[in-house]
Amino acid sequence: MNFKIVSLVAVALLATACSSKPEQAATASTAGTTAPAAPAPAAPTGPVPGSAEDFVVNVGDRVFFGFDKSDLTPEATATLDRQAAWLKQYPAVTVTVEGHADERGTREYNLALGERRATSVKNYLTAMGVDAARVNTISYGKERPAVIGSNEAAWTQNRRGVTVIN
Amino acid sequence: MPANAVISLGRRTVMRFIAMVGVVAAMSAAPAHAELQIDITSGNPQPIPIAVTNFAGDNPQAQQTGQNISAVISANLERSGLFRPIEQSKFIQTPEQLRAGPRFADWRLIQAQGLVTGTVTQSPDGRTRIEFRLWDVTTDQQLTGLAYTVQADGWRRVAHIISDAIYKRITGEEGYFDTRVVYIAESGPALQRVKQLAIMDQDGQNHRFLTDGRVLVLTPRFSPSTQEITYLSYFNNRPRVYLFNIDTGRQEVLGDFPGMTFAPRFSPDGNKVIMSLAQGGNTDIYTLDLRTRRQVQLTNHPAIDTAPSYAPDGSKIVFESDRGGTQQLYTMNADGSDVKRITFGSGRYATPVWSPRGDLIAFTRLADGKFYIGVIRPDGTGERLLTEAYHVEGPTWAPNGRVLMFFKERPSGQGGKQRQAKLYSIDLTGFNERQILTPTDASDPAWSPLIP
Repeated sequence: MNFKIVSLVAVALLATACSSKPEQAATASTAGTTAPAAPAPAAPTGPVPGSAEDFVVNVGDRVFFGFDKSDLTPEATATLDRQAAWLKQYPAVTVTVEGHADERGTREYNLALGERRATSVKNYLTAMGVDAARVNTISYGKERPAVIGSNEAAWTQNRRGVTVIN
Repeated sequence: MPANAVISLGRRTVMRFIAMVGVVAAMSAAPAHAELQIDITSGNPQPIPIAVTNFAGDNPQAQQTGQNISAVISANLERSGLFRPIEQSKFIQTPEQLRAGPRFADWRLIQAQGLVTGTVTQSPDGRTRIEFRLWDVTTDQQLTGLAYTVQADGWRRVAHIISDAIYKRITGEEGYFDTRVVYIAESGPALQRVKQLAIMDQDGQNHRFLTDGRVLVLTPRFSPSTQEITYLSYFNNRPRVYLFNIDTGRQEVLGDFPGMTFAPRFSPDGNKVIMSLAQGGNTDIYTLDLRTRRQVQLTNHPAIDTAPSYAPDGSKIVFESDRGGTQQLYTMNADGSDVKRITFGSGRYATPVWSPRGDLIAFTRLADGKFYIGVIRPDGTGERLLTEAYHVEGPTWAPNGRVLMFFKERPSGQGGKQRQAKLYSIDLTGFNERQILTPTDASDPAWSPLIP
């Protein structure tokens, strides 16, 4: 679970404080006991565990869908597994799952499709043990694209379900 | 024949009466043989050259009103694509001289086939009397004549009503100029688009925003009375169908549904709103009776059933469903029975809307990476595509069922990273596609019925 946090911190320190030993610096920053020998560069603190930022950076807030699809890919379920584990770790958090569509559809159908996608995400999270009462859904259809572009690369990023910490 | 009829101009009520029956007899030479008329059922007809004169006035103010009326009529007729207004600088006879009747030879000289004349008179009670006559220059005959008495600021609506009278007399079809359009005004960058309800006359005048843009709103549609709009609002992040009263500004959520409601339209009698409810990943079609508030479920299928639209007689409903695998159009009875698929072409069919005449259904089609606006008969025969683009969507009918409006969206800005959305109108035959000018970007147009 915490693998990503640790590796992120280590990489950051490697980049900013290349003269000091990574292991030592990492220990120092996580344990917070001994000051490093050299004046530390502003140590990247990383997202506060349990925060929305923590969720976005370390868990992954979104899953992607195929064209006109609302079924979950293996990659999507892997992300949702992490989301479910995180949500069980922080039981006070409630979320809203936003369902989105790309611009290559009509407005009303895309609203329905977005609702299908949001529900697909919610159903998976609840199947993994997250209390359904903690998971709201909303569809934005094609109204809130993540990126703008007239190509498959852009549309792929817009066909998404985004889990937003309330 | 010269019956008095009361028409309502917004909050005002004015007397409208048909006049000049005697004048027709006095001024027309002989019964018409080859009358001035135009067949608008065939594609791309030759526009009729018509002279729209400034209405004569007794004083400068009346003359200015007469000039304004002429300009509005001329612009309406020109935009229809069926008329070609002749430049006023070519006119020989003056508005004052026309009070005594047209010298037809003068108008034939400039190749006019139709001639519009009129007068503006200020009544002692402060009201304005507007008379107009339509002449057939080929047969030296008056085709129609009407007079209206209105408050001083009522001239613009009268100009639209006169435009409708001219259109009807010459085409044989009802006009559509005395109408309004409600739409979604768009502004801001593509990633933070602001959307507002907006309303305007069909020619873009009297434009006004109905919402301030803080809340996302979509897909407005007029009630048959033209006084109310039903639309989708994301108020409090709960997307629901709302009712907006144009006169009072009052907004009201419709029904008490457990999930997102969207894709609303009024029933032809105005007593119901039909819409979709999305709940638990499934979308079905419901009606809400505005008098009893009773909700009725019409479809019950695990597919997406949305975009319902009533036939003008209220007996049937067309909608889109992906129950066959992709979006296609289906019809059903008003009670939800007898569901029939009517489209079978490649790609997807969406946003069906039944013509006010009942004879056709307009739709958006998506195929081969393009979007099309088309029409098809309710039995699924006679499909015709009228226009295509990167993205066209959401047709709406003029009340005479002859003209469609829709929106077109295209990549714009550096690297195509923005979106430009504009309204367009097109004749049913696929000619005369024109942009409707709006102050900002625009989408989701809905054409009103003729204003009662």
